[in-house]
Amino acid sequence: MKILFLSLSLIGAAALVGCGKTETPAPAAPASETSAAPAPAVLPELKVAIDPTYEPFTFKTSDGKPTGFDVDIAEALCNEIKRKCVYVEQVWDSMIPGLQAKKYDVIISSMSITDDRKKVVDFTDKYYNTPSRIVVRTDTPFTDLNSLKGKSIGVLKGSTQEKYAMGDLKPVGVRVVPYEAQDQVYLDIKSGRLDGTVADSVEVTGGFLRKPEGQGYGFVGPVLNDVKYFGYGVGIALRQGETALRDELNAGIKAIRANGVYESISKKYFDFDVYGE
Amino acid sequence: MSGYYASILQGALLTVGVSLAALVFAVLLGLAGAAAKLSGRPVLVTLATVYTTLVRGVPELVLMLLIFYGGTIGLNNLLEALGSKATVDINPFAAGVLTIGFIYGAYMTETFRGAILSIPKGQMEAAWAFGMGRVRTFLRITAPQMVRYALPGFTNNWLVLIKATALISLIGLQEMTYLAKQASSATREPFTFFIFAAGLFLVYTSVSLWVLRKLERRFSMGVKRGRV
Amino acid sequence: MKWQIIFEPDTLALYGEGVVTTLTLLLSSLGVGAVLAVFFALALTSSLAPLRALVGAYTYVIRGTPLLIQVYLIYYGLAQLEWIQTRWNDVWPWTHFKDPFFCALLAFSLNTAGYTAEMLAGAIRETAAGEIEAAQAMGMSRFQAMRRIVLPSALRRTLPAYSNEVVMMLHSTSLASTVPAMLDVTAAASRIYSDFYLPFEAYLAAAAIYLCITFSLVGLFKLAERRFLGHLAPRRH
Repeated sequence: MKILFLSLSLIGAAALVGCGKTETPAPAAPASETSAAPAPAVLPELKVAIDPTYEPFTFKTSDGKPTGFDVDIAEALCNEIKRKCVYVEQVWDSMIPGLQAKKYDVIISSMSITDDRKKVVDFTDKYYNTPSRIVVRTDTPFTDLNSLKGKSIGVLKGSTQEKYAMGDLKPVGVRVVPYEAQDQVYLDIKSGRLDGTVADSVEVTGGFLRKPEGQGYGFVGPVLNDVKYFGYGVGIALRQGETALRDELNAGIKAIRANGVYESISKKYFDFDVYGE
Repeated sequence: MSGYYASILQGALLTVGVSLAALVFAVLLGLAGAAAKLSGRPVLVTLATVYTTLVRGVPELVLMLLIFYGGTIGLNNLLEALGSKATVDINPFAAGVLTIGFIYGAYMTETFRGAILSIPKGQMEAAWAFGMGRVRTFLRITAPQMVRYALPGFTNNWLVLIKATALISLIGLQEMTYLAKQASSATREPFTFFIFAAGLFLVYTSVSLWVLRKLERRFSMGVKRGRV
Repeated sequence: MKWQIIFEPDTLALYGEGVVTTLTLLLSSLGVGAVLAVFFALALTSSLAPLRALVGAYTYVIRGTPLLIQVYLIYYGLAQLEWIQTRWNDVWPWTHFKDPFFCALLAFSLNTAGYTAEMLAGAIRETAAGEIEAAQAMGMSRFQAMRRIVLPSALRRTLPAYSNEVVMMLHSTSLASTVPAMLDVTAAASRIYSDFYLPFEAYLAAAAIYLCITFSLVGLFKLAERRFLGHLAPRRH
């Protein structure tokens, strides 16, 4: 009896102590190495929310390290404002509620600045701007949006593309299916359940079209950047009222645009200017 | 590719940790609940009955989402109302352990209550006749015998608890199921990774079953079983 | 707490759709699962050892792995197999695998069949020996004894445990929210949560809906037990 209770409590204590790690550590960028070496002071943490299913902006390597354009920009900004980036993974459609629940401080995960979102969160200035496109098989006959009638199009739940699809595609008879993560959309396109998707043009190129399963798929239809659905570019979201942090981050964005860090990060992933106009 | 398998194995360790921590919590709640239900005092009995009814009436997923998303906001609002600037964050591990412990505490209450009721009353009466206090009676007489009667139900509850830990992946804890899902979407090979995760669960449940069967045999030493 | 948003007609309509999906899924999975369970239970108590081993392995795997992984395997995992992909556009019955409702239904049915089969098999094994001997003395074949004596009795004795299983299935249908395009009660609550940022209200409403359905189910089973198991209840006078 005593042995049973003792062993149960030991196991429980060991479990509680040993298994508290739930957040992925920040990737070892050169910036943090140089700042860690001489300074004995511990930098205050900045909890950054990411949805790592959005290649090439936010994704994870096979050993679980967050990587991508958004993550590198986050690291550069943290370096500028002298904080330590700690990444918290979050499903896309609970990004904003999680921010409001103070689970993290900022969202740096390709979140578009829209009027709807501005009602509940604050945004910094944009740090990139790319349009969205509809992607289906290239041999699909296409004249205008009505030619997509009856097709199944997958979108990310809670995204600007979902709003567009529900607003402009559903009324013409397209079957819009919301998914929890963008890469699950690609999984179902690959298996044949979906006919296509509406997604950010750069993301779908890097995450799907350039991969073997993307063969035979391509853009159709107009370039989608209607402000009503897609907003004014991608920025960093913060809780309303955090003006100090917002000003710091805005200054940081200006700084990395000026000193060439932004360009070097951008060249790592893209061969065009992703900042947009 | 092998990096994904390694991370899923690490997630398996997390699964084991969550389930054991939740078990400790569930057992404690179960003992408290059983004691409340058997005490006879109307307030305690009603409280315990409301607890078990609520828990068995609401899906685990909904409870988990409520505690994880609602709980953090609630706690933070409370702190703000009290004037503190601190922010509390219930991380997925804690939310998972709390929820699963809370839910299975209700099932353990029923198991322990049934087990205690199965012990012949004469045993406790003899202990009181000897002048043993409540605590000593419980530790020396009730608990050892209760374990034997509770083991089948306990085994059942434990196996169901292990499987419920897969649900914590839905609130973001990076255990096996979560990592298998991410790996499968990134590599476009869901079958491979989910079979792997399913296999790991099967290993875990099989080992648990083996351990608990051994325990059952040890605690049934000396008990006469009728020949069928 | 902003409860007025929950009681707006749009929100209530969303929850209503969720309730319809949940109940449809629940009743269809229970139906299919129960039929499968009878066959599996007969296999588990048969005299053919290979059949027992096969179905035994099936229930072992179903009861040893989480339902969530079973759902993912059937929805995403099967879709990865080339063999299915080449067939599911034209060949029936593989066309159904494209449909999320079918995949969820299949996963839940297989799951409940596994658990119910074990319960039923246990009840069959515990049938009073005297009743079986009497059936054999009357000259009934195995099949006739099963159909007239053993199965009706076993089905009735499984009722209390089965009521637990039905409630568990109701709770499991909340996992249908993980399948894309399935809008059950939990998915409706998640939608309200992400659209209006109201975690408490959305999930409390969902919990209340589930509680109501659970109470109704438990009440129905109590009535069923009184009718079918009255002969085993303690005397009331």
